[in-house]
Amino acid sequence: MPDESSVPIRSDVDIVSARQRGRELAAECGFEIGDQTVIAAAISEIARNILMYAKRGEIRFRGLADGDRQGMVVVAEDQGPGIRDVSLALKDGFSTSGGLGLGLPGARRLMDEFEVSSEVGRGTTITMKKWIRRGHA
Amino acid sequence: MEVPILKQGDYLIASIQSALTDADLSQLREALVERVGRFRSRGVIVDVTALDVMDSFAVRTLRDIAHMARLRGAETVIVGIQPEVAFAMVQLGLTLKGVATALDLEEGLNFLNRRGKERLDRA
Repeated sequence: MPDESSVPIRSDVDIVSARQRGRELAAECGFEIGDQTVIAAAISEIARNILMYAKRGEIRFRGLADGDRQGMVVVAEDQGPGIRDVSLALKDGFSTSGGLGLGLPGARRLMDEFEVSSEVGRGTTITMKKWIRRGHA
Repeated sequence: MEVPILKQGDYLIASIQSALTDADLSQLREALVERVGRFRSRGVIVDVTALDVMDSFAVRTLRDIAHMARLRGAETVIVGIQPEVAFAMVQLGLTLKGVATALDLEEGLNFLNRRGKERLDRA
C-alpha cells in the first residue's frame, strides 16, 4: 500500500499539485483512470475551498484496506473560520464566496463517503473516501 | 503556464498543454477576449484535451470565455473533453450550458465553418 502523503495548500498552484499527487496515489492504489479523475476533481474542489475560505491548510491522502476492500482516503484540514451551517454548505448552489456553490456538494457526489467536521473560529476537517469498485470496469 | 493562442484566419485556437492553475485560466480568458478584438476574430476554439480535470472554476472560466467572446462577436467552441473528465463533470453537477462543444479540433473547425456560412447566408 502506498505511503501517506500530504500537500500544503497556500496558493492556486498548490491546488494543481494536490490533485496531481492525489491522482498519482489513486493510480498506485489501483483505481482505474475514470475514478482517478473523479478523485482528482474532488480534491481540486476541496483544495479551492481551503484557499478561498481559510487561505491555508493541508490535504493528506493515503491508501485504505478494509477486509477485502481497497480504497483511498483524502483529508482536508484547515484552521480557518469554520462553517457555520454544514448542511447548508452541502446544498447545491449555496456559496458565500460568489462561486458556483458546487464545491462541497459536488465533491460529496464524487466520493463514496464524505464527512465534514467544523467548528466556527477553529477550522474545518473534511474526510472523504473512495472505494475501488469490483466486478465492472 | 501561459496557454499559446494561434491565429488561423478568422479563428483563434487556444491549445491547453498541461494542467492549469486558476490564475492561468483567468489569464487565458483575458488574452482571448482581448485578441478577439485585436484580430477581429469570428471564432474561438479552446482545446482542453490535455486538461487533467475540469472543476467548477475551470468550467466557470470556459463559460465566461464563451459568453464574453460572443459579446465581442465571436463564437466559441470547446473541444477535446476526455471521457473520464466528462464523467467527473457530470458527477460534480457541472454543465457547459449555452457553450458549444465538439469532439476534437477538426470537429470544432467544422462547427465554426458551418456557423460562418449560416451567418453569410443570412446576410
